Amino acid sequence: MTSTTKTDRVDATVVAHAEIARSHHAGAATPKAHAHGRQHPLKLYFTVWILLFVLSAGSYAVDYFNFHGYLRWTLIIAFMLMKAGLIVAVFMHMAWERLALVYAILLPPLAVLVFMGIMAIEGYYTNFSRLVFFASKS
Amino acid sequence: MSSEPTTTSDHFSQRPSGLLGVMADWSSDQRSFKTASWRKAMMWVFLVSDTFIFSCFLISYMTVRVSTTVEWPHPSEIFALEFDGRKIPLILIAIMTFDLITSSGTMALAVNYAYARKRRAAAILMVATAVIGAAFVGMQAFEWSKLIHEGVRPWGNPFGAAQFGSSFFMITGFHGFHVSMGVIALLIIARNVWRGDYDSGRRTTYSHRAGDYEIVEVVGLYWHFVDLVWVFIFAFFYLW
Repeated sequence: MTSTTKTDRVDATVVAHAEIARSHHAGAATPKAHAHGRQHPLKLYFTVWILLFVLSAGSYAVDYFNFHGYLRWTLIIAFMLMKAGLIVAVFMHMAWERLALVYAILLPPLAVLVFMGIMAIEGYYTNFSRLVFFASKS
Repeated sequence: MSSEPTTTSDHFSQRPSGLLGVMADWSSDQRSFKTASWRKAMMWVFLVSDTFIFSCFLISYMTVRVSTTVEWPHPSEIFALEFDGRKIPLILIAIMTFDLITSSGTMALAVNYAYARKRRAAAILMVATAVIGAAFVGMQAFEWSKLIHEGVRPWGNPFGAAQFGSSFFMITGFHGFHVSMGVIALLIIARNVWRGDYDSGRRTTYSHRAGDYEIVEVVGLYWHFVDLVWVFIFAFFYLW
C-alpha cells in the first residue's frame, strides 16, 4: 500500500517535470530542477547577433549618408531602442524572467525620463537667458 | 496524482503568471524574485543603479549642449579617420561599436555553453570576449590620445563649445573604465571555469553545487550592460 503511493508520487513528479520541460519556452529544456529554462537554441543567439550588426550598420548609415533634422533623430532613437531591446530581452535573458523581476528592473529607469524633461526645460531656459543677456560675449 | 508540489522548482512553475504573478510574488511575504538567485538579483540591482549613473552623465551632457550658445563640435568630423587619403566619417566609433557587439555575441554563447556544462568551450569564449573587450579599450586609448593631441581638453577645444571636452572625457572615460573592469572579471571567472572549479561541487561564493555555472550568466549580465550603455552613448553622444 505504502509502496504504491510512493510510486504514484514519483510518477507524478516525472510527469510534472515533463510538463515543465514541454510548457517552457522552445529550448533544450531538461527536466532537471536547475537546468530548465536556461539554454536556448544557438540559432536564436546568432539571429539576434546578426540583427544587432544590421541595426548598428543602420545607425552608422544615418551619419554616413548625412541625414538631418527629425528624420535623423527618429532613426537614431529607433535603432537605439531596437538594439537595447534585443540585448536586454535575449542576451540578458529578460524575456525568460518572471514579471516580478522584469518590472522591478525595467520600470525604475523610466523615472529618468522625468529628470530628462526637467533638465531639458532648464537647459533651454539657460540658453534663452544667455542669448538675451550675454549674446555679445557669447 | 498528488497536487502537492514535491520540489521547489515545481512550486515555482505552478505559480501564476502575468500581472497576477507579479502581485503573488511581491505579496508572498517571502523573497520576491522566485526564480532568480540572489546573485542574479543583486547584479540586476547594481545594473539599475549603474543605469542611473550613466543617465545622469547623459542628462548633464544634454543640459550643457542645449544651454551653450557656442556651436557644438561635429563628432562626425572629429572622429573621422583617413584611409587612402579619403576621410571616412565616424569610422573609428563604428568599428568600436561592431567590436563591442561581437564581444556581446561571444559572451551570450559562453553563457549557453556554461549551462550545457561544456566548460572548455565556455572558458575559451569568455577569454575571446575579454580579448575583444580589451581591443575596445585599446581603440578608446587611441581615440583619447588623438583628441588630446588635437588640443581637446576638459575645459576647451579648438572645434567649438568648451563643454564638448568635459562631456566626452567623463562619459567615455567612465564607460571605458566599466569595460576594463569587465575584462578583468571575465578573465577571473574564465580561469575558474577552465580549471573546473564549478564542477567540483565545492561550495563557494560563486558556485553552490557541482555544475552551478550561474556566475557565468551573472558576469555576462554585466558585460551585456556595458554594451547596452554603449548603444546609448553611440546614439546620443556620437550620432546626435
